[in-house]
Amino acid sequence: MNFSIDGHSFSAEPRPGQCLRTFLRERGDFGVKKGCDQGDCGACTVWVDGAPIHSCLMPAFRAADRKVTTIQGLANSDELHPVQQAFLDAQGFQCGYCSAGMIMTIAALDDAQRADLPRHLKGNLCRCTGYAAIHDAIDGVVNVSDDIAGNACGASLPNPFGPGIVTGHARYTMDVEVPGLAHLKVLRAPHAHARILSIDKAPALAVPGVLEVFTWEDVPRRLYSTATHEDHLVDPDDTYMLDDIVRFVGQRVAAVVAESEAAAEAGCRALKVEYDVLPAVFDPELAMAPQAPVLHHKGGEAHGNVFAEIRGEVGSIAEGFAEADAIHERTYTTSRVQHVHLETHGSIAWKSEDGRIHVRTSSQAPFIAHEKLCHLFGFIPADLHVFTERVGGGFGGKQEMLTEDLCVLALLKLGRPVKWEYTREEQFIGASTRHQMTTRVKLGAKADGTLTAIEIRVVSNTGAYGGHGSETLAASLSSPMSAYRCANKKGEGFVVYTNMVPGGGFRGYGASQTTFAIECAMDDLAKLLGIDPFALRRRNMVTADDWIEAIWSGVSDVEFGSYGLDQCMDLVENALATGERRPKPEGEHWAEGTGIALAMLESGPPTEHRSGAVMELLPDGRYHLAVGSTEMGNGSVTSHRQLAASVLATRADAIDIINADTDKAPFDTGTFASTGTVVAGQAVTLTATALRQNILSYVARITATKPGDWALEAGAVVNGNTRIALPELHATGTAAGHRFQAKRKAYLAPRTVAFNVQGIRLAVHRITGDIEILQSVHAADIGRLINPMQCRGQINGSILMGLGWALTEHMDYDESGHMKNAALRNYRIPSFADAPRTQILFADTYDTIGPLGAKAQGECAINPIAPAVSNALFDATGVRFASLPFTPDRIFDQLQPRP
Amino acid sequence: MDINTIRQIERPRAAAEVTHWREGLAWLSGGTWLFSEPQPALDTLIDLRAFDWPDLTVGPDGLEIAATARIAALDALAPPPEWTAGPLLSLCSRALLMSFKIAHEASVGGNICMSLPAGAMISLTVALEGTYTLWPRDGAPRTVKAVDFVTGNHANILAPGELLRSIHLPAAALKKRFAFRRSSLYHLGRSAALLIGTSGPDGDLLLTITAATFRPVQLHFAASPSAEELRHAIAAAIPHEGYFDDVNGLPAYRRHLTFHFAEEIRAELAGPGAAA
Repeated sequence: MNFSIDGHSFSAEPRPGQCLRTFLRERGDFGVKKGCDQGDCGACTVWVDGAPIHSCLMPAFRAADRKVTTIQGLANSDELHPVQQAFLDAQGFQCGYCSAGMIMTIAALDDAQRADLPRHLKGNLCRCTGYAAIHDAIDGVVNVSDDIAGNACGASLPNPFGPGIVTGHARYTMDVEVPGLAHLKVLRAPHAHARILSIDKAPALAVPGVLEVFTWEDVPRRLYSTATHEDHLVDPDDTYMLDDIVRFVGQRVAAVVAESEAAAEAGCRALKVEYDVLPAVFDPELAMAPQAPVLHHKGGEAHGNVFAEIRGEVGSIAEGFAEADAIHERTYTTSRVQHVHLETHGSIAWKSEDGRIHVRTSSQAPFIAHEKLCHLFGFIPADLHVFTERVGGGFGGKQEMLTEDLCVLALLKLGRPVKWEYTREEQFIGASTRHQMTTRVKLGAKADGTLTAIEIRVVSNTGAYGGHGSETLAASLSSPMSAYRCANKKGEGFVVYTNMVPGGGFRGYGASQTTFAIECAMDDLAKLLGIDPFALRRRNMVTADDWIEAIWSGVSDVEFGSYGLDQCMDLVENALATGERRPKPEGEHWAEGTGIALAMLESGPPTEHRSGAVMELLPDGRYHLAVGSTEMGNGSVTSHRQLAASVLATRADAIDIINADTDKAPFDTGTFASTGTVVAGQAVTLTATALRQNILSYVARITATKPGDWALEAGAVVNGNTRIALPELHATGTAAGHRFQAKRKAYLAPRTVAFNVQGIRLAVHRITGDIEILQSVHAADIGRLINPMQCRGQINGSILMGLGWALTEHMDYDESGHMKNAALRNYRIPSFADAPRTQILFADTYDTIGPLGAKAQGECAINPIAPAVSNALFDATGVRFASLPFTPDRIFDQLQPRP
Repeated sequence: MDINTIRQIERPRAAAEVTHWREGLAWLSGGTWLFSEPQPALDTLIDLRAFDWPDLTVGPDGLEIAATARIAALDALAPPPEWTAGPLLSLCSRALLMSFKIAHEASVGGNICMSLPAGAMISLTVALEGTYTLWPRDGAPRTVKAVDFVTGNHANILAPGELLRSIHLPAAALKKRFAFRRSSLYHLGRSAALLIGTSGPDGDLLLTITAATFRPVQLHFAASPSAEELRHAIAAAIPHEGYFDDVNGLPAYRRHLTFHFAEEIRAELAGPGAAA
């Protein structure tokens, strides 16, 4: 067959059942991405004879004798297509994984199609941006600002990898050719709870191309947790790489390694496994009952299926409720959702000639993965290298070691490079989710609204394994309980094992769940007392003069490095009253309402978190920065360059950066828990400051002046009229044996707090249950904005992810624990058509704890979204919807038309 | 995705050459569903596009649609002005979860043969009183009414190897007045309910209920019914357990929408413009 791809003509014979996507990628056209491989996400969009198609659905043979254009052939090699340029100008991406397909789709639209973007972009999913920056790109908006020496901080500078992202040349985890690569696939459990009696490998080993099969008998019998934290003790060691007991549908049973993915899949199908099916329990309340089947007997459990219990009380809620004029009590429940980062989990492991092992992975925590692999396999740390290149989204899902271990296991046995890439279905059934939590809230208040007591009881369903279970529970009892001033607070929480897919880290990390419950309850209380929801919150919300206290009276390291909640409340109230909004849809059955919610989040986790950076002056006068933290669309490579450039009074573009690599950067705990700015960014700032001192001290020494007489400028050190170019200084110093290098570490303490307030105006159709967002307003107190464009991007993405949690996303299970909708066509993350534009406002604060005045900003914006939606529905209809999600079919029967 | 179990693509010149049907074979049209999931039971695909059937043929007796016609082609068809119901072609083509990019490849016949409740090509062809020409592997072609084709969720009357060749939409139906209602849990998502009403010169009402139910339900009223008559007819035709249940809509909701949309359609077609 003859093919023409991006102007190159050649003959090839694709495999009979091969789709165009893999045919292109096997040729090295890595710009064609796999987001779902099922036609739902559009990341693999290419043109065939000029028409955009999803290459994962097209049989490769059908592209023969036609002209195929990928993102890499959209423009001539040294030029950009106007849409690629527009994406750079607007920075219409964060992780960039969806960009190739997004650009190929938008570049194919005619004017009529551009006039109906919801329809023409619904087949291109983006999980990072909330589509706002993509819309900007389509509208020709320029969001980037100039990179001016000395003004790097506070400027909307572009992602340094942007040109690679928009041309398809940025290399994500799987975008490499590795000679001799073997492919790994796993057989996953069909039962929610079963003991494996036997696994017959022989039929799998007989499949042509199968190299090896691994079962529980072939792995180190060493317990660990897939969750990644600095302190390994916060997660229970309750997991084996492969186990003889399966505890959820989808758990790994066996791994098959083969010459091709096809052979590995065939090998998995050929395995004969005998199971002794055990009783299963899915509901955490039932799992706490005495007769429930117990999942683990590993010694780390509190009792039975309760992995952890956390309690605390300050003051006396008994007295507080006794003082109350009104008491509100209700149970609120949040749903299990998946991160749906567009790049699935995956890693590639190989051995170099010197015997070292290298793992290229899609991780938020390569250094912890490194430690865990050393733990599992007994490696000497220096013999192992773990790194990321571009990572296609994380959102907490990649705070988990899910693929690296089996790739290394197979590598050790076979001596060949091994790759394992999750399918989209595996993301749903074999990765992690947000913890489903049920929260009972009891509020006592005086008639004037003053809170007298707050009590909550949280039951968290951690699923079959307990990673992140206790930490998310602690988080659920912490920030949200600190947001309101009250003398009497009590909380208790339980993390319960069930035979469900495990919970994990997820943007908002436990605080989201309790914020939903408490912010809904505050609105319910406002209604009960007849007080305006803004007024009730202002009466009780924590102020800069208050002691920050959740439910424990011990001293904590959380302090107000700055405080802007009051500003946020005013900004949202004003914008809701005066800002732009869509009109209520026509028709008599639409009810309109507004709702608000506030959220407080500690900037960083209470557990240990470290980072480090190394900087040096390069011979050409540029700088090199190595920092351990991960970039997965959170923007840290951009903001870290800005922080360093700001300290060194140069342009961000003068800073080369490498990150997330255990060989090339200092240790970093991982990029999660909002630490990219406040820990890694702090390390960068300290390092840049040390390098500045190094340079200024040296020039002072050789000129017999004082360091304070000198200042750095772009490319030079200056003292009055004396100017020495940095290359000259570098040459002089190096010849004299001086080293222009610095290394610093940062540790997270104390921790400051960030605030977010969301306002939603919506219309709900009382017959169909359809919900239209008419206005979305968000105010954030995140300190100084290192990169305002990126801050908006993180907030827009958080808001749409929050709206997905509230309105569209739902993991649906049958009675035996099988997920019924493990595909993006049926698990609907919001598309462009679902995305409102949000007016984003910022409190004017400068933090005294965070680096250069900044606070954490990547995750806190998600927390007030779902409760604001519930509160707006409550305002519109008088009905409290207390269980997520609010899909029309779950709410319609409570929306009685007005008489 | 790759269908790794496929060992062969057959490209016969005519369907009649495919005489020996067996397990493991499947007809390949656009491939947009086949390639969207693993197909471990299949080893051979037979390429329908090799037959080169003309997509759409507009004639005095109506519209002939090849099963292999792309949904995008149907969407783009400019129907003759006398086809009052012509806009339904586009409305239904856009009443699918799929991206317009997939509609470039997905075929009308493929959507019908998938026989999912939300298959809007089923809604269209049933509402417009279509007939399907089926080619069995052994025996003469047969013609069935569109409304009788789908028998349940992902189930139809096709015998193993039997091929949907074409769909005929009669001009008389295309010349009727129509009303269209659809709802999805998400914007532009998969239909939770899709109802179409048509009304001919004699003022009748033909109501087609799809997506809400496992298979299409069609109700005919010789004259425009009253709201109560309509409700009774729907209740008699569809038991509570006759509504489809999946993540795209709970059964009670689909039932609720069915009654709501049916009444809106009744009122719309009985209103101004109705046959005197």
